[in-house]
Amino acid sequence: MVRAEWAIFEEDFWAINNVLDDLLKSSKAGNVMLVDPTGQLVSHCGRDVDFDLTSFASLCAADFAANYQLAKLIGESDFSTLYHQGAKDSMFLGKIAKGVVLVVLFDKSTTLGLVRLRVRRAVAELDKIIETLYDKLEFRHEEYDALDDTFTREVEAEIDNLFAD
Amino acid sequence: MSLINYSSREINCKVVYYGPGLGGKTTNIQYVYEKLSPETKGKLVTLATEMDRTLFFDFLPLELGEVKGFKTRFHLYTVPGQVYYNASRKLILRGVDGIVFVADSSEARFDANIEALYNLHDNLKEYDLSLDQIPFVLQWNKRDMPDAIPVAELNEELNPEGYENFEGIAVKGVGVFDTLKCVAKLILRQLQTT
Repeated sequence: MVRAEWAIFEEDFWAINNVLDDLLKSSKAGNVMLVDPTGQLVSHCGRDVDFDLTSFASLCAADFAANYQLAKLIGESDFSTLYHQGAKDSMFLGKIAKGVVLVVLFDKSTTLGLVRLRVRRAVAELDKIIETLYDKLEFRHEEYDALDDTFTREVEAEIDNLFAD
Repeated sequence: MSLINYSSREINCKVVYYGPGLGGKTTNIQYVYEKLSPETKGKLVTLATEMDRTLFFDFLPLELGEVKGFKTRFHLYTVPGQVYYNASRKLILRGVDGIVFVADSSEARFDANIEALYNLHDNLKEYDLSLDQIPFVLQWNKRDMPDAIPVAELNEELNPEGYENFEGIAVKGVGVFDTLKCVAKLILRQLQTT
């Protein structure tokens, strides 16, 4: 039986995706992503991108974490949103429950004001989903049974395979 | 903090390379990056100063083959070793699933190893964690240094708990894969028993 500190089940994944998809359309952004506090990409909606999404997600989480510490240094409890302005593309990041980060990438076809407005609604909805998901983890251990001892042994064999000198 | 996504069928785990400055943490990750085939590795991200010293972190995602329809990913991070970058080190430890401590075997850096170990304990404490709760592996790096302290002595002084440890010469790749293999398997076993 394999357990993780947090897990996303099918129905939560679709609930999250619906919110991200709504946000994408209503804000007219190019891409919307949800990143966990350790920088792992949870979900992504929007156009195909020509950059590495895994690196992007890890840097977004680090960006948010660094700014959280900056906020504490100046006596703020946190910065709930961050905005990075570029010549063509810009980024807006919002804090969700449990340290999860919402990232919106947008260009000149929308405005910061509209993105900010739509993000506010999405953050409230995502907060609820993430909180419920954490509550659920307390009770739904049976779901993990799909990943049993054989699974662990096979992954170990894959590890040996990958790191064979 | 490992994450299992049942919908996209992925398991993600975070490995952090810790240790004194210039001890070979980045060199470990660079060797892994150079040796693995493109389909198993992502982009190597390095946030370094102009002097090539790690400023915030290095990051390398690795992907194992599919098992029972699940993809397992390991995200490797290094922390900056210099004493004054502690705020960054603390951030990188957030949600860690396994730690590799890269120690510098040379006599001249013995105190730096101790300082880094103490610092690791302190930073973990801030997340309400301790080393006995997390998969932990040590690498005695730079075994080719003329003033390298014997491994038995290093274990006695820095590893009295007897955690798994490996000799390394990271620039030549010696011990790099063995260390990573060991921590990756420990993480999997931990996932199974948590």
